[in-house]
Amino acid sequence: MPVLVSGQRQIQAPEDVVGVRQAVRQRAVELGFNLVDQTKIVTAASELARNTLQYGGGGTVRIESLQEGMRRGLRLVFEDRGPGIPNIELAMKDGYTTAGVLGLGLSGAKRLSNEFAIDSRVGEGTRVTIVRWR
Amino acid sequence: MERIPILKMGEYLLVSIQVDMHDRLAMALQDDLTARIVSAHAKGVLIDISALEMVDSFIGRVLGDIAAMSRVLDAETVVVGMRPAVAITLVELGLSLSGVRTALDIERGMALLRRRIDARGNGDAGPG
Repeated sequence: MPVLVSGQRQIQAPEDVVGVRQAVRQRAVELGFNLVDQTKIVTAASELARNTLQYGGGGTVRIESLQEGMRRGLRLVFEDRGPGIPNIELAMKDGYTTAGVLGLGLSGAKRLSNEFAIDSRVGEGTRVTIVRWR
Repeated sequence: MERIPILKMGEYLLVSIQVDMHDRLAMALQDDLTARIVSAHAKGVLIDISALEMVDSFIGRVLGDIAAMSRVLDAETVVVGMRPAVAITLVELGLSLSGVRTALDIERGMALLRRRIDARGNGDAGPG
């Protein structure tokens, strides 16, 4: 799938989560996302960036603008080298939490995206990929 | 550290969130507001979020916690000005803000606060 633009950001502090939101918003606007779709992908990005920081101990996000035929989309890849998620099925459940925060992060981000993939290895880290098409 | 300003007007506290809050800033607002409700003997809190371009689960939880804490401190909280795109996204995210009273704008929010506080003054507000 052709990637039009790609960029990477660090997620190491709470302020970086705000930076991710703003970068994703800007890219969604460039791609011509309507306001509701912008808000959905920005909110999903905020949830996943916070997870990367809190559970993964920090990491990165890659922001890619996609073109597939006539349609355009935004792909976000969050990666950390944290402890990993032992039970992904459990972690995807609404309300699941390990850090005392209401656990809507993963399940909520999935609901706000058109495509969602998670790859996590205990002791190695976690990668979460979402795509939202215009 | 930067702070969200809290304005006092009579028995009300007014907050207008004009910046994209990181989590620590949202927590600081929660702490400042609860302290201020007590020190100002506030009966009502109005939080304007019309400038917020998104509310995620963390900010949503903070709004819910502020509403719950103010209730325990004998004050009412109303959140006003949520953008339609934010409301759509919140519900899809799975957050209904069930414990938070909302109004479309500041005028309606103030009217709602007054009614709630008057009703409590008459002793017929009931629980919650």
